[in-house]
Parts: sequence; C-alpha cells; structure tokens
Amino acid sequence: MSAALELDGLKKSFGQTEIIRGVDLSIGKGERHAIIGPNGAGKSTLFNLITGRFPQSDGAIRLHGQDLAGKAPFQINRMGLSRSFQITNIFPKMTVFENVRCSLLWSMGYRYNFWSMVGRSRALTNGADQILEQINLTARRDLPAGVLSYAEQRALEIGITIAGGADVIMLDEPTAGMSHSETDYIVDLIRTVTTGKTLVMVEHDMGVVFGLADQISVLVYGEIIATGTPEAVRANPKVQEAYLGEALEAH
Amino acid sequence: MTDQFTSDPTKAAQRMRAGSMVIPLMPWGIAAVLLMVLPFIFTANSAITIMNQMAITIIFALAYNMLLGQGGMLSFGHAVYAGVGGFACVHIMNMDDFFAGIPLPVLPIFGGLMGMGLATIVGSFSTRKAGTVFAMISLGVGELIAACSVIIVAFFGGEEGISGDRTYGMPFFGVEFLQQIEVYYLITAWLLISAALMYLYSRTPLGRMANAVRDNPERAEFLGFSARWVRFFSFVASGFFAGVAGALFAVNYEILTEENLNTTQSGLILLATFLGGVGFFFGPILGAIVFTLVQTVLSLQTELWGFYLGIVFVVTVMFFPGGLAGLIMMHVPAMRLGKLGRLGIPYLKTLGAGAVGCLGGAALIEMTFHLRHASAGDHSMTLYWITFDSHTMLPWIVAIAVTLIGFGVARATAPALAEAWNDANTPDGTPR
Repeated sequence: MSAALELDGLKKSFGQTEIIRGVDLSIGKGERHAIIGPNGAGKSTLFNLITGRFPQSDGAIRLHGQDLAGKAPFQINRMGLSRSFQITNIFPKMTVFENVRCSLLWSMGYRYNFWSMVGRSRALTNGADQILEQINLTARRDLPAGVLSYAEQRALEIGITIAGGADVIMLDEPTAGMSHSETDYIVDLIRTVTTGKTLVMVEHDMGVVFGLADQISVLVYGEIIATGTPEAVRANPKVQEAYLGEALEAH
Repeated sequence: MTDQFTSDPTKAAQRMRAGSMVIPLMPWGIAAVLLMVLPFIFTANSAITIMNQMAITIIFALAYNMLLGQGGMLSFGHAVYAGVGGFACVHIMNMDDFFAGIPLPVLPIFGGLMGMGLATIVGSFSTRKAGTVFAMISLGVGELIAACSVIIVAFFGGEEGISGDRTYGMPFFGVEFLQQIEVYYLITAWLLISAALMYLYSRTPLGRMANAVRDNPERAEFLGFSARWVRFFSFVASGFFAGVAGALFAVNYEILTEENLNTTQSGLILLATFLGGVGFFFGPILGAIVFTLVQTVLSLQTELWGFYLGIVFVVTVMFFPGGLAGLIMMHVPAMRLGKLGRLGIPYLKTLGAGAVGCLGGAALIEMTFHLRHASAGDHSMTLYWITFDSHTMLPWIVAIAVTLIGFGVARATAPALAEAWNDANTPDGTPR
C-alpha cells in the first residue's frame, strides 16, 4: 500500500525542550488513522508540524511522496492536505454559505481572481450548497457563522475542511467539548464525508477512536510507542501501562 | 438535538436567488439620477464646490474601506497614495505637449496608476502581517513620504506645493473644463465608475477572500490562499482608487501641497470612514458626506468644529462601532416586522431632548472659548442667531439649564425608548 503521509525521524524542539522526539509513521491511502496519547504528549504539535504551522527541527514529512519541508500552510493545502482545528476556526462574520464557498474557491480554480463575480458561478453555488446538505446546515445557510451552536460550528468546520477536495483530512479533536448525542452525530458525519479519503485525527474520546479508526498510533512524550489495529493497540501491554489502561476501564 | 441539524423544508424560500438584475441595480440608478440633478437643486458655486469635495472624499473613503472594512487592515497613512496620485497629475498638467494630447477625464487613470505603483512597492513589505505591524508600517511610510515633500522638492514642490492648470488638456468633446459645473460632472462620472468597480471587486473571489482573511487569516491559509497575497492585492487595488481620488482633487483644486498626504489627512479619512461605518459598502459613502458637511459647513460656523468631530468620533467608536450605516441597518428587523413606526414618537422624545442638551453643551463650550480667546474688551458674541454679552451671568444660567434639562429629559425617556425598541423588534404574538 502506498503511503499518503510519511513521517521520518520527525523532531521538534521549543528552545531546550524537545516536544517531538523522533516520530516515524506511515499512513496509507484511504486509512483512518487516529493518534492518541495523554495530555502533553505532543499530539497537537505533531499536527501543527505536518500542516506547516510550525517548522520542524529535524526529520522529514512527505505527502504523497513529496517533501513538505519549508512549505507554508497554503502550499501544503494546495498539495491536497486539509485540516480542522482543536479550537473552532471558521469565519465568524461571514454567512455559513460563504464560509463553505470560500473553501471551494481555490480548488475550483478561482485563485486570486478579481474579474468574475462569485455570485454568478452556478458551479460554485451548487458546490457550496451540496456541502451544506452533507453537513446538514442548509437551514442555517444565510446566518452569520458566529451565531451557530457549538456543535453546528464544528460541523461547519468539518465542511470547510473537506470542501476543497483534499484527499488527506486531518481533524484535531473533532468532538472535544460535545455531548454524547452531538458526538455520535459528528462521528457519523466524519464517517460519511471522509469516505475514500485518508483521515488522520487526534482524539481523546476512546469511543470515537475505536469506532472510527482502523489504525491507531499512541504518542507518549513525543514518541510513538505503538501503532496498529485497534485490537492490537488495545492488547499492547506498553500502551496499557502508559495510557490506555485507565481510559479503557472507564469505557 | 437532531432537529437542530435537519434542514427545514419550509425555509426553501430563503434559497431563492435574486434572479432579476433590476433590484441590485436600483440604488446605482437612483444615485446616478441624483448626482445628475443635484447641481440644479444646489446651484450656488459654493454648493458645487462642496459637492465636488464630497465626491472626492467618497471615492477616497471607499478605497480606504477596501483596507479597513473589507480587508481588516488599519492604515494610518493612506493619504500618501491619494496625494502621490494627485501630485503626479499636477505634473502631467504641467507637461504641456503631453497634456495637450490627452483629455482631462482620462487624467485620473494616471493618478490611479501612480497610487497603485506606490502601493505595490509599499504593499510588498507592509502586507506580510495585518494588525499592529501593518498599522505601524503604514504610519511610518506616511511620515516618511510626508517628510519627502520638503526633501524631494522637484516632485512635491516644497512647502508651497505645486499647481497646474487643468484647462490646457485636450478639449473633451469641446468641453475645456473652465467651469465648476463641468468639473462636477467629470468628478461624479468618476465617482460612479469607481464606486461600481469597488463594489464589483468585493463580489469577486479575491474580494470575498479579503473578508475571509480579515476574519481569520490562519483558516484562509489552510484553504489554499496566502493571506499575505490576498492582503497585497487588496492594498494595491485600494491604492489605485486612492490615486484616482487624489487625481480628482488635483483636477478640482489645481494645487497640491504636503497637506494632501500628511498623517493628518490620513487620520481624517480614517475618521470619515469609521463614522460612516466599515461593515457595509455604503457606510463610507455616508461617512464622507457627513464628514465633508461638517468640514465645510460647520467649520464656517465655529472654529471648534474639530473638537465636536472628535467627540462624535469617540462616541461612535465607543457606542456605535457599526457607524452610521450600522445604526441604519439596526432598524431593518423592525422594518421587516412592519413596526418601525412605533419607534417614531419615543425617538422624537429622547433624541430631540438629547439634541437640545447637546446644543446647550455646545453653547457652554463656545461661551468658554469666547471668554478665553476673544480680544480684550470684546464681550459680545453671537450664538444660534442671538447676540449677547458673554461676561454676564444670564446666558450662562440659560445654557446650563438647557443642557441639564435636555439631557435630563433624554435620560428620563430612555427606558421608554428601550421598551419601544424591544417591542418593535419582537414579532406580534410572541410571549415575552
């Protein structure tokens, strides 16, 4: 299986502190890969390194075999990787529809276009409306995104993340702060909208992780101590010792 | 929980697109007709001068709002691009052979290109970051170019500035622009073209992304857009229209000085734009109209007009951050409910009293100013068409009483206004 995303000896230090201490990971095309680990293990940092938010200190990141070193977020996005954020990250003053439409612009070839009217493009409008249908926000279409409920904003962010047609989708704690029913809803949504794509997610909720992922990596103190199928990871004694034991018992 | 996410089939109506082009074009048609007939209503030369000034300020404020409102970039030095565009145009007016070959109405294109060229240079480093960094660079560049006006005398003409004569241009269908009214139509034609282009720009992919970058630059980057390039393009476009405004200034006044590009001028356009409201396209238009009226009409009445303008600005920033446009749009929900009329009487009571209080307060300020600054022995002053002795007690007592009563009544009637406001914004039959 060819890898969609490869990390090779990836390291990141902030000053003297080494947060990511040599991560090797290969995520196959079409895989749903969850990264779990205790608080402070470096999961979000790892995400930020992959998506170009921070530069890495050492090692390499390859997306479809291409090195991402020194690439800005917008360049990485154009290569087919899209992400959501741990803290909801949308365009609050624009309408829900416009949020989605903006996320379609680049992939539909509009780029820095200043000679055509966005309202005139049927493809753009239909595309955005289709996404809204998928994330069930059609009824909220013309409201400012900032007034949506928390769960709706998370759904919108997932819509924005997938709209551009990226084939590697990275979600940072998509269900953080949600109630049970909201979590079930978002998990279903993620499953539907990422069909046929590679999904990488950081998640704390073990129910979500074991329900959604077909591969799991456990990150502890900046190192991956285990990678494998949910069953294999669950059975791994090192994992149980470091982290999973208590979380699993709670489940 | 689940119904929160399901689409509501009864809301299908809201998905209808405005299919006809008539409604969006209406305001433009009205504006065009209005601009056409205005000189027949206000025929005085001074009125036409004010309207010219107003139209130029509108273009400049709209250009400024491409940065502030649309792009989220606070510039303290935008007069530079208008000023440089204007200076370039005066130089073209003075290039006899060249100017004789181009009609005057084409001149603003050169001003625009000049503003755009400078914006391209400055924008290449100033738009890397928005926020404080951008604001500080704009301030620095503003000061720098204003300082250049006494250094590069050949271009800026030192302290006297430079002047030209617009009538040396190639006659435009026989029009030589000797009269103010001819200049008026030249300026308003450019106003319509510029405003339409700036409006259309805001509907393009790039214009929409300018909003997105304003709201959340990081998110925009993860959608494939470089926030920096989006800001840069907005900056360059804004520089062009600022240059057009500067060129029209040159056409109208035939003289440019350092005052046209210094930071005071930059501050004033920020003031006018914010006063009108940055959140709506028509906000800066309102702001420019009100600001020009204050600057031209009120300044004839009182030397302290800047003081009052400052108070209005601070009050706007603190209490009505949406500006005049925001205040107007606030009433749309009540209008949709058909209950706008219920606000009439309460508004009249509270705002009327408040206005009386403001006039009283202004009287106190004017009297204090007169007391301190009138030449010795000059005790008589005229205020609101009444002449009186500012050194006697009576006018002071009257002014203080009017102020207190005005604000007192406004304050006493405010709860009733709030009540009426809630009522007007609640659909009938909703339990409260």
